[in-house]
Amino acid sequence: MSGMDDSSPASPEVMLTFYRRLYPFKSIFNWLNHEHTPTRLFTHREFAFTLQGDVYLRYNSFATADELKKLVCQLNPTRFEIGPIYTTRPKDKKTVRAGAFNAVQRELVFDIDMTDYDPIRTCCSGADICNRCWAFISAAVHVIDQGIREQFGYEHLLWVYSGRRGIHLWISDKEAMELTDDQRKAIVGWMTVIHGGKESSKKLSIRLNSRSLPPSLKSALDHLAAIFSDLILADQNCFGSEEGYETLLQQVPDSRIVGDLRKKWQKDPTRSSEDKWMDLKEEIKKMDKGTPQRVALTLALEDIIFNYTYPRLDAEVSKHRNHLLKAPFCVHPKTGRVCVPVDPERIDEFKPDRVPTVGQLLRELDTVGKAEGEVEEHHSDWEKTSLKPYVDMLDKHALRLMDEVRRSKREMVDTSW
Amino acid sequence: MFKGADRKSTINDRASPQVSNHGTLLYPYRLNFYDTPPMYDVTVEEFEIYALDRLRILAEIESSRARQRSWEELKAVTSTQCTKYLPLNATSATSVDRDSERRKDHLGHFVLRLAFCRSEELRRRFVEAELTLFKVRYESDGYSERESFLSSRNFNWIPLKYRTELFGSYQGPKSEPERMESFESERFYKVKWSRVPDLVQKRKVFLKGGWAYVPGREQSSIVFQEFQVQLEKALEVTARSLPRLDEDTRIIPILNNLSQGFLAGVPSDWGVAGREAMGDDIKAEMVDELAQKHFPLCMRTLHENLRKDHHLKHFGRLQYGLFLKVLGLPIEEAILFWRRSFSRITDDKFNKEYKYNIRHSYGLEGKRANYAAKSKSLHLDLLIMGAHIGIIQ
Repeated sequence: MSGMDDSSPASPEVMLTFYRRLYPFKSIFNWLNHEHTPTRLFTHREFAFTLQGDVYLRYNSFATADELKKLVCQLNPTRFEIGPIYTTRPKDKKTVRAGAFNAVQRELVFDIDMTDYDPIRTCCSGADICNRCWAFISAAVHVIDQGIREQFGYEHLLWVYSGRRGIHLWISDKEAMELTDDQRKAIVGWMTVIHGGKESSKKLSIRLNSRSLPPSLKSALDHLAAIFSDLILADQNCFGSEEGYETLLQQVPDSRIVGDLRKKWQKDPTRSSEDKWMDLKEEIKKMDKGTPQRVALTLALEDIIFNYTYPRLDAEVSKHRNHLLKAPFCVHPKTGRVCVPVDPERIDEFKPDRVPTVGQLLRELDTVGKAEGEVEEHHSDWEKTSLKPYVDMLDKHALRLMDEVRRSKREMVDTSW
Repeated sequence: MFKGADRKSTINDRASPQVSNHGTLLYPYRLNFYDTPPMYDVTVEEFEIYALDRLRILAEIESSRARQRSWEELKAVTSTQCTKYLPLNATSATSVDRDSERRKDHLGHFVLRLAFCRSEELRRRFVEAELTLFKVRYESDGYSERESFLSSRNFNWIPLKYRTELFGSYQGPKSEPERMESFESERFYKVKWSRVPDLVQKRKVFLKGGWAYVPGREQSSIVFQEFQVQLEKALEVTARSLPRLDEDTRIIPILNNLSQGFLAGVPSDWGVAGREAMGDDIKAEMVDELAQKHFPLCMRTLHENLRKDHHLKHFGRLQYGLFLKVLGLPIEEAILFWRRSFSRITDDKFNKEYKYNIRHSYGLEGKRANYAAKSKSLHLDLLIMGAHIGIIQ
């Protein structure tokens, strides 16, 4: 883990070497294809390339992993994206009539991007990300990962760092692959609490006509409440500034309390977010138990916690089967970092600035090469670099998928007797 | 897996009065999932008339959507149309020839399938309209009749008594004790979550391991979803087998006529009976005919482009919209006209991006000016500016 100095964009020469020697085409193939021999899941799959100078090539498809590698090395794209499986091979799109070319399958994908957290994070904004704001992402990963597994019963989840300020989730369960756009929209609706836009104080749509939270959100709340005090109060100090605490006060549905607190906080600008949160809680405790006002305020506290910590999804990405998403192990053109898989169990330890950059990887290769005195190129040179643990992670994930396909095939044979 | 017989026993739990004369009817239920095609001889005349009558109703449903009628209004209007063109009486109405009513319903549906399976767009609209019609009928169906209809099909749901973990997601009466009480008498149906996307989207069900626990009062969601999925599948199958029908010269012209009529939105009330009853006002449905016969060339071209592309760019809309306004097209009809014309966009997009401008040009929004139609010279200005409008072509 040395050489974190190199964060300059990757040059075409560097990228070409990366694709030729490091990119794990075989692993990507196994993960997309679910089997060793090419199936429709691979051959009818769309790949889209972004070339130098922002040329965009859509509807490419390949018979094998080698064929994919060959074209990638020939075109040397800055990055490429993975799309759905179509009724026909995407490269033959023009040979079929318009109605006969449809997206039929696709991993269910989610995209969480730090920019959606700009209204609440205080450490960075826009394209920047630091280890502190990664805590928002890690809170989101916990909630989504658990929700998808427990509520929807999916098992094959692959989390991938997007190379700069976000994270992607790819779900490859057979059932998830086959979801229609309407069903994808429904999952997004189920998962969404904060309805985009800049108005962070807008009311959340989490309660139905009963007061209690639906069970799915209740279990999320337990986790989020802990994160709220660490992240929002202690670390981000979200209510420190005047702007920050005004946003908070907008979400308190009691004008008397709002007035009192505002006076108090204006007088003493040194009060921390933790103090202010306590102040608000104290005010609520002063009210009589069981009164509608107190109930409304207690609910408002829950809403505030959701508002500051619940995952903010980029909904459009998930809703449509034909949405393209950047392939794992691509290099982010601005940061040079590789989009590596992330273990959700250890998401809290993940540090975006420790992710290997393409420059660093090539230097590692050089060192190894000199030591071994090699001149020849190898195809899986990633094994000699710090990319190895990440490729291993994808391989293990793909292996589980392939096991499942093998198992279900065997069962099918059994029942046919 | 769960079979119809089990389900019947749960119905008897409720001691609902069973309708006694099922056996004598060819069509025992008023509701129909249209699983089996009509397997009997039909005259060409019946073929056409039944389809046309049904089309009137579907067109009315579509136009209700475009006019953004509320569900209650839509239901009232649709029911009126149904009584007129396609009455469908309850099984208990013994004085009526229910079988022939139901046969008409059955046959009409299948003829329209043939007419509307041909393009993605037509299929989508047909499914939407048919589903709405089914919902209207489902809601107006008597309780016991509906229950026996439901038990006649295998919906693959697993009925459950309540379980405490379901209470958290249970809606119902506002007060806690009442909610508890109604919860305990509630029945739940366990289905794969993907069969009730609408309920999942609104978090109205309990989800665990991919299964949704649907309370009895939301049971209709499963039924409607099933209806929709079945019909979508069936239409695709029909579309694939349609080419084999091509040699029949009697039927294809009828089918062509039907689908074209639906596309232009003609056969709602206006098309047939309404012409003389109408005052001076122009209706949205009349624009097509007027454009062909009476519009100046530039406006006609705009109209043709609109029909061809299902869209016009900003100045085109402005110019053509004002022209229609001056012609005497009232605002409601204008909104309806544009909504139908932009058939490729969603209601949501239409309301957000276009409705304001239409209302604006009628002086109902913004500075509320009553704009006049643009003159020819102005058209030329726009032409020079390079805007894509009618007179270019």
